[in-house]
Amino acid sequence: MNELLQQVFTGLVSGSFYALLALGLSVIFGMLGVVNFAHGAFYMLGAFGALTALNTFNVNFWLALVLVPVALGVFGMIIERSMVRWLTHLDPLYNFLLTFGLALILQDLVRLKYGVSSQPYSRPDALNGSLNLGLFNYPRYQVFVLVFSIALSVLVWLVLTRTRVGMIVRASTERPELTNALGINVSRWITPVFGFGVALASLAGVLAAPMRAVNSGMGGDLIIVVFAVVVIGGLGSVFGSVAAGYLIGMLTAVGNFYLPSVSQSLVFVLMALVLLLRPAGLFGAKEGIS
Amino acid sequence: MKALKKITAIASSVALASAMAACGNAGPGGGSDAKVSGDEIVLGVITDMSGVYSDLAGKNSVEAVKMAVADYEKKYGDKAVTDKIKVVSADHQNKPEIANTKAQQMYDRDGVDAIFDVPTSSAALAVANIAKQKKKLFFDVGAGTTELTGAQCNAYTYHYGYDTYMLANGTGAALAKAGAKNWYIIYPDYAFGQDMNKNFVAAIKKSGGNVVKSDATPFPNDNFSTFMTKAPGLNPKPDVLGTMQAGGDLVNVVKQYNEFGLKKKGIDLAVGLMFDTDIASIGVDALSGTQFTTAWFWNLDKESRAWADEFKAKTGDRPTFDHAGNYSAAMQYLEAVQRAGTDNADKVNGELKDHKVDDFFARNGTIRAGDHNLSHDAYLVKVKEKADMEEESDFTELVKTIPADDAFQSVADSGCSMG
Repeated sequence: MNELLQQVFTGLVSGSFYALLALGLSVIFGMLGVVNFAHGAFYMLGAFGALTALNTFNVNFWLALVLVPVALGVFGMIIERSMVRWLTHLDPLYNFLLTFGLALILQDLVRLKYGVSSQPYSRPDALNGSLNLGLFNYPRYQVFVLVFSIALSVLVWLVLTRTRVGMIVRASTERPELTNALGINVSRWITPVFGFGVALASLAGVLAAPMRAVNSGMGGDLIIVVFAVVVIGGLGSVFGSVAAGYLIGMLTAVGNFYLPSVSQSLVFVLMALVLLLRPAGLFGAKEGIS
Repeated sequence: MKALKKITAIASSVALASAMAACGNAGPGGGSDAKVSGDEIVLGVITDMSGVYSDLAGKNSVEAVKMAVADYEKKYGDKAVTDKIKVVSADHQNKPEIANTKAQQMYDRDGVDAIFDVPTSSAALAVANIAKQKKKLFFDVGAGTTELTGAQCNAYTYHYGYDTYMLANGTGAALAKAGAKNWYIIYPDYAFGQDMNKNFVAAIKKSGGNVVKSDATPFPNDNFSTFMTKAPGLNPKPDVLGTMQAGGDLVNVVKQYNEFGLKKKGIDLAVGLMFDTDIASIGVDALSGTQFTTAWFWNLDKESRAWADEFKAKTGDRPTFDHAGNYSAAMQYLEAVQRAGTDNADKVNGELKDHKVDDFFARNGTIRAGDHNLSHDAYLVKVKEKADMEEESDFTELVKTIPADDAFQSVADSGCSMG
């Protein structure tokens, strides 16, 4: 039992990354109707941002955790303004291609500079060692990742449901024309929302740098699972993508424990089942952010 | 009118086909009195130019082969079989079907006499098959599978440097004999990983050790936490966690092994296959003391360092054993051509038969006629402490030399029959 609990906990930690990435992806889709294929690349850039911050500017992990997402969020806003915006009124396929191409370009630029081998990045000293959680000991850093991502998800949830900004974002997602007609400038919010989604992805990247291999391909491998997470949770559903993120994390961890060779297929089996039985996703409403 | 068009089309395609056939006859291999086919020797390097193996092989493998050509020309000068030697290269992206096409193109169109490197086992086996069909030579350095010199061996394919048996036998046997009785093995679920697992289990059992469990892990995978939390709970508790992961997955395993503090729980780490590029990625601190088997390392001795210095001057990097192996293989090939006086594959084959090799890379080496595997001394090494490093890329120190005869599987056990 203890062992199973430990696996569930392991799953929640890896679920944290899925949740943060899925959250950003979902918000962007809800607001812009764009499936951002470059999301994995922004995650990778987050990790490399932390690396560059440390090696070039001697900025430690804690500062990087704030600065890198802000910087990349701004970068995301520039991309939205200069490229994504011009294609949103066309067939969604155009933005598919744009963001997919962008992902490849960003990946190759990083590869050009750093090669394909992973780059070393060490844990902050304060988070070394392990923490006694009562039933078992767990690496301090991973506990931090879990707590941090849950807190952040709750915060985003509160902002979206309890504040005026959140209300506008939700309204613009569900009935953009109506919201416009009520005198709210919807397009004004599109750029910050895109930037925010990108910032979340790069934040996940900064969090990943101390515990995972930092290389140009790190986002590409992960993002496939995240797409499955978003579909399972319900495209555009903020709560759904976070919940599905943790759920998939636990599913793969427990799967790894009992049936390691099929654990990754489990995710896609679940995705297929959800699509068959509840096409809008486990938590998805028919449209918009719920 | 239609009929006329059809006839013209048929006629012209027949003409074209016969013209092509004529070209083919006069092309490479056509002239019977020429010493070398097509008046030049062409070495082809098929490798990974942009994927996961491009740092440990890649463009530096091509550079290594070019260095061999330059050294050969310098050594023989006017006495060389030919003064026209060319090196061509191709990117196979680690995909067998691309390797297959590139190998055919090289042999047929580019007049390549021998292909080198080819990392990724499935791709290497594909090229071996083409070499057999075309009756042209192939020296694999980058891939690990024992199949190349086992069940799927052929008269035109050589395996030069290392294989999964050598890695497993070196690390598994050495650690088991040194007291690491109980093992927990994790391996990526594809050909190389399964092969490594099989060979490690065999080597550990032979040396009196016990494999508590081996788990196949998803590939690629960035989260190994499950296996790290599982390890201490196994019964009996393992002394060693053996990881067969490579590249980015290996980095993940080592980072998470350290995070879960398994060393403090009495579980050591053994790595199946590691290149200097991997150690650079993970960081020396995280790996200090870890033992593994290697075909060669650049700081082995004076001779190796001398070549590594030359390599660094050319490329800016220290060589991996794959780079050194490619140099040595290309050099042995050119020397064999020199002795044979021709690049005819069958005659060169004759010169390579049980040929002894002793250069900076391969010590006490024999290119075995029975299975075309190069047997040579292998090295059990460990990762240095940071304080002991003489320079940035000085990662490994020698624990012991594994003599050639012990390092590689015997020809009798290889399962190869040269038809």
